[in-house]
Amino acid sequence: MSQTNGHSYAYYPGCSLQATAHAYDLSTKRVADILGMQLQEVDDWNCCGATEYFSIMSLPAYSLVARNLALAANQGAQELVAPCSACYLNLRKTNDYMGKYRSKVGDPVNEALAAGGLHYTPGTVSVRHLLDVLVTDIGYDAIAAKVTYPLKGLRIAPYYGCLIVRPDTQYNPEYPTHLDELMRVLGATVVDFPLKAHCCGGHMTQISEEVAYELIRRILHNAAEYEADLIVTLCPMCQLNLDAYQPQANRMFGTSYNLPVLFFTQLMGLAFGLDAKDVGIGSEIVSARNALAKIGREEEPAERTPTRRDKKALPMPPMP
Amino acid sequence: MPDDSMGQSFFERVVEATPGGERLRLCLQCGTCGGSCPSGADMDATPRRLFAMIAAGMEDEVLRANTPWYCVSCYYCMERCPQEIPITDFMYTLKRMAIAKGQYHRDAHADFSNSFIGYVELYGRSFEFGLATRYHLFHSPLGMVRKSGLGFEMMQKGRLNTAPERIRNVPQLTAILNEAKRIARQQEIEL
Repeated sequence: MSQTNGHSYAYYPGCSLQATAHAYDLSTKRVADILGMQLQEVDDWNCCGATEYFSIMSLPAYSLVARNLALAANQGAQELVAPCSACYLNLRKTNDYMGKYRSKVGDPVNEALAAGGLHYTPGTVSVRHLLDVLVTDIGYDAIAAKVTYPLKGLRIAPYYGCLIVRPDTQYNPEYPTHLDELMRVLGATVVDFPLKAHCCGGHMTQISEEVAYELIRRILHNAAEYEADLIVTLCPMCQLNLDAYQPQANRMFGTSYNLPVLFFTQLMGLAFGLDAKDVGIGSEIVSARNALAKIGREEEPAERTPTRRDKKALPMPPMP
Repeated sequence: MPDDSMGQSFFERVVEATPGGERLRLCLQCGTCGGSCPSGADMDATPRRLFAMIAAGMEDEVLRANTPWYCVSCYYCMERCPQEIPITDFMYTLKRMAIAKGQYHRDAHADFSNSFIGYVELYGRSFEFGLATRYHLFHSPLGMVRKSGLGFEMMQKGRLNTAPERIRNVPQLTAILNEAKRIARQQEIEL
């Protein structure tokens, strides 16, 4: 079960993974365990400030984020992994700007940190997104080796959103493919998804519902166009917007999208043979039950029904 | 650049308050930013237009525009800008300036941001339940009733904590944030 490949990381869950995205936290830990990754939570980490803190204050916002970097460095970490794209961006940006803009950001932030008995040398830890760590450090082959229940027949729209690929990352900022590849490794069918890196609206639901729901509608429409069974995401904000606000977007536009939105780690867990409950399936607002019934992996195994062949499908024998 | 005759021009202050802000001088007015913006159609002025207004010294009009508040922080503009102008960072600068001057657009959710950071400063963690109830209570009680169904469902699924999470070393965080605020005031940079 355990691999001795020495993949050890400081883990920054972020506030969302304690609440709205607890399923992401749960499934991340289960999957990391199976892959032999050590995730050591940054002790006493604080909120990254999301987009809100930077809207009000600049230097305090960078200092807020930098406390986490300092704590991770003091813990002896070289790599800090964040599953939330917004946390990832704030940590990465602060790490970067502290070094790049020493007089405007780096020096004054360290002056502020000193008031709390901390110091951070920019670049001491490298900030990574969970997806990047999984596909780069662990690798597709090692992941494939753990797949015991391939997601055969499941049509997945891989949704990246913004902050994992923009600004200035090693991945294609407009048409990334690493999540696509990972889903294929799990045995799923990946649908074409032109809006895969478009914006879900972020906190726009709090400012203008009209603008926010339109952005959500576009993404749902695009996934539905390509007949996806579900959307898979890697960001708690994207998951919340596409899942929790889907009924309201439907109401506003008179549509009837019914697309479950799951975290990629939940699907990894299913493919690795974990039960749906063990990866937090059932906490989504738009139920994933029907989609997962396609692969016989819906939430309560007692109610499992044999997969029915689509009337329009070719006469192939059902998959085991 | 038109000067305010006294002190720095608006343009210079905007540049100064933004890390890497110098690049604003290189704006070509090509419009790639506005064309890439998911909410550009709903903005009073696209980023391109806003930058021209900043250069023209139209401070009041710029700070009252809904543009920075309609920015969704997707970084498409910044990624595509041929002059590598940190456009998204300028949107944050303009929000801070508008709040500091009390001139922001009516759609601005400055109070939402303020409530959010209030909880972060108090507990070290964000607190969605408190945020949702406090913000909507003051701003849209009807919206709260409409959304309370969703809130209830989220709570049932364990996705909304009714009590805040709190870090252990709140005093350390407070000391750091207070010092950062003091330095910012001292440097007279836009808070």
